[in-house]
Amino acid sequence: MADISLAAETVFHLGPLPVTNSLLTTWVVVALILLGTFILKRRVAERPGGFQNVVESVMEGGLGLMDSVTQDRKQTLKYFPFVFTLFIFIILGNWLGLLPGVGSIGFHEMHDGHEVFVPLFRGPAADLNFTLALAAISVVATQVIAVVTVGFMRHLKKYVNFKDPIMGFVGALEAISEFAKLISFSFRLFGNIFAGEVLLIVIGLIIPYVVPIPFLFLEIFVGFIQAFIFSVLTLVFLKIATTADSH
Amino acid sequence: MDVDSAKVFAAAIAIGVGGLGPGLGIGILAAKAMEAIGRNPEAAGKVQVPMLIAMAFAEAIAIYALVVALIIKFI
Repeated sequence: MADISLAAETVFHLGPLPVTNSLLTTWVVVALILLGTFILKRRVAERPGGFQNVVESVMEGGLGLMDSVTQDRKQTLKYFPFVFTLFIFIILGNWLGLLPGVGSIGFHEMHDGHEVFVPLFRGPAADLNFTLALAAISVVATQVIAVVTVGFMRHLKKYVNFKDPIMGFVGALEAISEFAKLISFSFRLFGNIFAGEVLLIVIGLIIPYVVPIPFLFLEIFVGFIQAFIFSVLTLVFLKIATTADSH
Repeated sequence: MDVDSAKVFAAAIAIGVGGLGPGLGIGILAAKAMEAIGRNPEAAGKVQVPMLIAMAFAEAIAIYALVVALIIKFI
């Protein structure tokens, strides 16, 4: 039976810190993004060709989509770096996890007596640590940006309200819902991508020829949608948190 | 029934029942969105993005059920 492990397996240690296969893949994603950035920066041409063209059209699409959510170009430009980075990071991670070799190339280890297969690479989002970290960044950044934009007291008034009992209760619920956002962001991304990996492994075990193709297409699509949802939801929560509610 | 067989059942029931609500929810969402687009085809672009966002929330519940099933199965 295939060794499907919920937690990402450690491949080596950097001193006292374990490095998991998901972390290794994350480093590959970061290296790819940095490479792309340096290539773009070197030759920024007035009449773009090839790579720059693709990046520019993707950015235009992203800006247009963000405009439809924020209804304000200034806000879009302000949040674009953060939201778009989330999108690019997650989508590259998801798609890299589908490449042949990821999840299949690895080494055999002995764990408590029986032999376990440890893949060298694994989709980054299939590790709850990765998604939890991104979710924490998203939620904390939303709070910080809200405080910086709207002002500390006004932002606090959304959650803590002593004058009106009903609004006070609503405020408490909102505070709890911030933590629910943390859980929901991380588990949505983790669940989707990990379930996709398990699905591909199981299908590959049953019929390895031809049949995995539609499932691979599904996973490509799911990878895109989950990255999209993560970034759009971050943007929506940012927008909600920075609108000063005037009752 | 010993613990291991109970675990197998628990995992299956967790995701099976857990998929009902979100499935219905997403179906209703999509139906309303289709209605809206049918009534006003020009608003298709404006309806799409909020529909996707709402579907993400509904799907998240199914994902919670899936994660519980996975935890039961693998831990």
